[in-house]
Amino acid sequence: MSLATASRSELTKQLTTSIWWILAIALVAYVAFTASVLTFALAASSTGALPAEGQAPQMPEEALPALIYSIATAVGYVFPLLVGTLMVTTEFRHKTLTPTFLATPRRGVALSAKLVVGIALGAFYAVLGVASSVGPGAAILLAFGLDPQLASSDTWALIGRMLIAFVLWVLVGIGVGAVVRNQVVAIVIVLVFTQFLEPVGRFVAAFVEGLAGFTAYLPGAASDALVGASVFTMSMGAGSESTTLEWWAGGLVLLAYALVLLVIGHFTSWRRDVT
Amino acid sequence: MPDGQVLEFSGVTKRFGSVTAVSEFTARVEPGVVTGFLGPNGAGKTTSLRILLGLVRATGGTATIGGLPYSHLPHPLQSVGAALEASSFHPGRTAANHLKVYAQAAGLRASRVDEALGIVGLSDVAGRKVGGYSLGMRQRLGLAYTLLGDPGVLVLDEPANGLDPEGIKWMRGLLRQLAGEGRTVLVSSHLLTEVSQTVDALLIIAQGRLVFQGRLDELSDQSEQAVVVDAPDRAALTDALQRAGVEFEVLRSGFGVRGADTVEIGAVAASAGIALSSLQKRGPALEEVFLDLVSGARVHGSAGTVSAVPVPAPEGGEQR
Repeated sequence: MSLATASRSELTKQLTTSIWWILAIALVAYVAFTASVLTFALAASSTGALPAEGQAPQMPEEALPALIYSIATAVGYVFPLLVGTLMVTTEFRHKTLTPTFLATPRRGVALSAKLVVGIALGAFYAVLGVASSVGPGAAILLAFGLDPQLASSDTWALIGRMLIAFVLWVLVGIGVGAVVRNQVVAIVIVLVFTQFLEPVGRFVAAFVEGLAGFTAYLPGAASDALVGASVFTMSMGAGSESTTLEWWAGGLVLLAYALVLLVIGHFTSWRRDVT
Repeated sequence: MPDGQVLEFSGVTKRFGSVTAVSEFTARVEPGVVTGFLGPNGAGKTTSLRILLGLVRATGGTATIGGLPYSHLPHPLQSVGAALEASSFHPGRTAANHLKVYAQAAGLRASRVDEALGIVGLSDVAGRKVGGYSLGMRQRLGLAYTLLGDPGVLVLDEPANGLDPEGIKWMRGLLRQLAGEGRTVLVSSHLLTEVSQTVDALLIIAQGRLVFQGRLDELSDQSEQAVVVDAPDRAALTDALQRAGVEFEVLRSGFGVRGADTVEIGAVAASAGIALSSLQKRGPALEEVFLDLVSGARVHGSAGTVSAVPVPAPEGGEQR
């Protein structure tokens, strides 16, 4: 019932149901597809293979790789978030907290074990996500005769920051799960917030003065700031550059979301009676 | 095998908002015997057990296992095995993996999983997902979970639910065997008949309060014993009983005499030269006593009633 045995048990728990590989396949397919389409469009546009009609943003060639590789987090962050959320809500849904707490009565240890495994899973999904954006992206760039910048230290620093972002998103998810408890409600909240509320909010903020200072602190925006590149900030236009957080500040904001949710979840729901 | 431990509830109270689920519940469960924990649905059995296991926090009082609260046990699964409901499984996980998860959490060796599955007879279906299990198979898997750590204490909530008659018979044998090895076995049920063949000791709870604690044979009061007597010549028997000044009531199966024993009634018949066709003791049915205790129509001294000061029990004085 130490943290080590609890973490080992938690990892087995994650790997003995199908959700981990279903989400892994979905992540790879979604990120690879988005990265391929976007790379193709942007590369065609910036090499002049596709005539720019004046409307489409024509990106400088050297900015393309970072933009394309960051698809893994910019559109893929919902997957680590879901992984973390499900790690907790599944226990409530199937009432497995009873055997879990019987085996590990110190609930702080049980939650810490989820964080340990969450960090490992975050790194695992990061590798998959990064491979799915960098692999097809670099291949298509090469095909257009553009430099994929794979030897550049900046690219590897970007990849490192994406790994941190994936890990933080799993922790945020564990916090969301601990606070919300109900699996269906939690999934709906995660999807509505990440796929609708935050994108719309950030889009609107690009046009409404003063709002951008607030939306920069939204979790998705903080994650993009941490990674340092995102198709999302690109489409917002150059004006939003000034309202983006520093990369380390973005990381701290995302970590703060995780910690606040975890603390609230621990004290309000995790320690509650299991009936 | 760890030794059986004494389970002790001491003034345990649990309120959910304005509802008092358990009130001043004080009881002691000894090792080496099977103890039945009886009460109607909603009486507070499951809540009491969850408090004992640290899953529910008591509003007042303490529940301990060998003197320690559950959360302070150094090796919980090796000390206490508990099965609380038949639905604590992820349906997409196999039975073997389900047990593996908790064996790892408790630091048990992997072979315990197969051993526990073997004891409950699930070895052949260990690789199947629990979602496809019948209720009876889930009960067996729940029992396998309790046996994982080879614990000295077993706490089972309604373990017979969903078992077929053969399964129930098997379960009774297993529980008796486990208690015979010196373990503490606490089994809850809402049916007296279900446990009366298995248990040695009994706790009865109603509306959150203890209403009986003692051995099964202490449940019915000797003074309530009646004798049922019958003879082919009922008229002669009626005469003889009336002459002896014995009050009786006429039953379908003969005459019922309260407050007498068979020796006395046999002597009355013999001295009148009446041949009897039957002469037997009849206590109140246990189920009747149980229902009276639960409804409050009957109060047993072992309940400790409402007062905080322990009232000496009129009989079966070993408690407290």
